[in-house]
Amino acid sequence: MIPVPYYLVISAVLFITGAIGVLMRRNALIMLMSLELMLNAVNLSFVAYARMLNDTGGHVIVFLNIAVAAAEAVVGLAILLTIFRNRETVNIDHLNLMRH
Amino acid sequence: MEAFLFWIFAVVGMGCGFLVVWHRNPMNSAIYLVITMLCLAGLYVLLMSGFVATVQILIYAGAVMVLMLFVIMMLNLRADSLQREGSTRAWLLAGVVGLVLVFRLAGLFSIGDANPPAAEDFGTIEAVGASLFSTYLLPFELAAVLLLIAVIGAVILSKRMTP
Repeated sequence: MIPVPYYLVISAVLFITGAIGVLMRRNALIMLMSLELMLNAVNLSFVAYARMLNDTGGHVIVFLNIAVAAAEAVVGLAILLTIFRNRETVNIDHLNLMRH
Repeated sequence: MEAFLFWIFAVVGMGCGFLVVWHRNPMNSAIYLVITMLCLAGLYVLLMSGFVATVQILIYAGAVMVLMLFVIMMLNLRADSLQREGSTRAWLLAGVVGLVLVFRLAGLFSIGDANPPAAEDFGTIEAVGASLFSTYLLPFELAAVLLLIAVIGAVILSKRMTP
C-alpha cells in the first residue's frame, strides 16, 4: 500500500520538470509539450487528493482539465502553424519583430 | 503488487517526463510524452480512478498527442534547426533550482494513511457522471462552449490567406 502523498511528490517532480522545460527550451513545440506535462502533473495531484478526501469533484475537475488542455493544444498548434508558414522557424528567439 | 506497479509507473513516468524536456527532436519528445501519459494513467488506476485513467488514455494520449504528432510531422523541421539551447551550466543551475523546488514542495505534504476510506463506487463512471451532471453541470456546459470556440478558432487560424 502506497501512501497518497507519494503520488503528490511525483506530481511535484513532473510539474517542476515541465516548468523548467517551458522556461529553458526555445523550440515552440517542446514548450507546448512541457506545458502539457505541467497539466498532467496537476491532474495527478487532483486525482490523488480526490482519493485522499473521497471526493468525486477531483475526477470531474480532471475531466474538464483534459478538455481544456485539448482546446489549448489545438489553438496553440494552429497559431504555431501560422507562424511557421510565415517565418519558417519554430524557435521563439527569432520572433522578435516587436523588439527595439 | 501495488507497490511494485507504483514504483514502475513512477520511475518510468518521471524519467520520460525528464526526457520530454531534454531531447532535441520534438518528435522524440512527443513519444516520451505519450509514454509519460500512459504511466500516469497507470497511476490513476492505482488510485482507484478507473474512469479518469480511461479518459486519459482515450483523449489525452490518444487524441491530443496524436494531433501534436501530426503537426510535428507536418512541420517537417530541418535537422540543423534542432538543438538544445542553453549552456551546460545553465542546465545544471536549472537542475539544482528544480531539485530545491521539488524538496520544498514535497516538504509541504503531510504523511497520509495508505488506504483512506473510499466510497464503494469511487472512481467509477457512474459516480463521476452523477457528480458531473448535478453539481458541476455549469462547468460541463462551459467546457462544451470552450471546445466549440477552440474548433472555430483552429479552423480560422489555419486557413491560408489568399493574397
